[in-house]
Amino acid sequence: MTIGLTAAMAGLVGVPIVGYLIAPLFEREQDTYVAVGDLAHFAGGTTTLVKFEDPSPLAWAGQTANTALWVRRAGDEPVFQVFNVNCTHLGCPVDWRSDAHLFLCPCHGGVYYADGTVAGGPPPRPLFQREWRVDGGKLMVKTQRLPTSGGGAP
Amino acid sequence: MRRIWRAIGQWFGLRFELEDSVGAVLTHPVPAALEGPVGWWYVFGAATLAMFVVQVVTGVGLAMTYVPAPNSAYDSLQFISQQATLGSVLRGIHYFGAGAMVVLVLIHMTQVFLFGAYKFPREANWMSGSLLLLATLAMAFTGQLLRWDQDAFWSIVVAAEQAARAPVIGGFLASLVVAGQNVGGATLTRFYATHVFLIPAAIFGLLAIHLYLVVKRGISEPPVPGQRADRRTYLAQYRALLARGIPFYPDAAVRDAAVAFVAVVVVVVLAVVAGAPMLGKPPDPTIIVADPRPDWYFIGYFALLAIIPNGLESLVIIGLPALAFAFLFVLPLVRPGGERHVSRRPMAIAAVGLGVVVYTALTIAGTAASWVPVSTEGAVLPPAVTAGLGAPESLGARLFVRKDCFACHQIAGAGGRRGPDLSVAGSRLSHDQLVLTILNGKGQSMPSFADALTPEELAELVAFLETRRGR
Repeated sequence: MTIGLTAAMAGLVGVPIVGYLIAPLFEREQDTYVAVGDLAHFAGGTTTLVKFEDPSPLAWAGQTANTALWVRRAGDEPVFQVFNVNCTHLGCPVDWRSDAHLFLCPCHGGVYYADGTVAGGPPPRPLFQREWRVDGGKLMVKTQRLPTSGGGAP
Repeated sequence: MRRIWRAIGQWFGLRFELEDSVGAVLTHPVPAALEGPVGWWYVFGAATLAMFVVQVVTGVGLAMTYVPAPNSAYDSLQFISQQATLGSVLRGIHYFGAGAMVVLVLIHMTQVFLFGAYKFPREANWMSGSLLLLATLAMAFTGQLLRWDQDAFWSIVVAAEQAARAPVIGGFLASLVVAGQNVGGATLTRFYATHVFLIPAAIFGLLAIHLYLVVKRGISEPPVPGQRADRRTYLAQYRALLARGIPFYPDAAVRDAAVAFVAVVVVVVLAVVAGAPMLGKPPDPTIIVADPRPDWYFIGYFALLAIIPNGLESLVIIGLPALAFAFLFVLPLVRPGGERHVSRRPMAIAAVGLGVVVYTALTIAGTAASWVPVSTEGAVLPPAVTAGLGAPESLGARLFVRKDCFACHQIAGAGGRRGPDLSVAGSRLSHDQLVLTILNGKGQSMPSFADALTPEELAELVAFLETRRGR
């Protein structure tokens, strides 16, 4: 009886607390597109860093609501590759070296070509890409969860 | 004066029955051998405990000012470090105390391991201790994240990416680390609650068990070669030993206090002299130029992540720490008996030696981080290299820097160390070999530069490299 009552108490409090704690983890990915710039902003043959804010951040998120992406426009047609800045090895931010035509990672030395394929170092796969579309002369990019090379790979 | 103290002591002693509770614990007998020089080996647990108390006290102090919100944490830490009275010292003590605690826990464990003190009947002491090690490392890591600067931000991303390597539940674990879809508004408060409530609660609980066992099972006597830990005879032997023992307080406790005092003095002096560690850039994910590094005691692990062979990452990232912890945890169950003295346990010496050598080597490698291309912003080749070059060679030398060759290749002692040293590339490689390597790349590390160079630039670069000849 005592054990039963104790277990019931634990359950009564435990279910809401566990639910509260893990609920954010199961939030659906929003199907939102965010404008990151006019088409004219991206010249053919360039790779550009774009920054935008999470469309629905928590009020206290501060700078962490910001996201950066690398946008590559290979030619003059409005065809893009939109890369996450995260290295596919362990997530550090890769930097585009415009003269060397390479992305370099500062953590463990991952290197990628302009098209995101691996040029050297430990990365197990090419840079993650985002879905994009052109709308009203602007490049729109889909918001997305943190991409990983493990079980959670998109 | 003394009489008043004694009266107060007697009043409380009677009301709280201290004689047979606190008094009994303080004066419980320990092996008489601890009075000799060997007793100085038994002090590191107490020093670790003292450091934990220092961390709790300074942590509470920091929490009085620190604002655990992503838009304010960085500024509140800057305030603590630069404006608050004694804030820099307080943060400094917490920072150096964290390093000291990691070091002391490891020394304590090494001593217990080498003295064979984890064997029967003290297996549970060791197992609760290895859980305390885990909790200490978790505190050290989550504490670094609360710094909430650029390093902290990317460390969380790296932690999530590592968690994601776990089989089946990887994606779930990664979401758990960042508390949602991305590092953002919800992440910091979770790490804060974990660092100041969850893990400390676990540590207090484990400490209670650990200390209960230390008193209840008794401190192990110094091992003697040839005297084996035998579960049929040990308890009786030990009881006889304690009958001739000395009281823990004051005889043995004074050494604990002395070493703990030295440890605390070192930490406070470091904090006063060096102050709190500088914060990095703000935690803005759009600042792409970053160089994330963990604190010094995790640099060896950081290096390990760089040198894992391709394809084995997930196995090593998840498997190795799990295996290491499992080994520690079950060690006393697998080896509860046998020789205790280190002179009869060559494998124990080898294990400790190997661990120290490997982790030191990894730390040195991680500090140098020669696998990372160096920044070429504003870099120049040594004057001796460029002096007296003709026109195309001189242009090639400039390209060597501008096209980031210099980021990975050394020339005359300058430049990155990821790729081969090209100081005498002109003697080692023919004209065609130079051209082919630059255009096609080589192996897993040298990328192809075919898209990055015009034919003229390629010719200039090769012309420059051909001037690099050995004697």
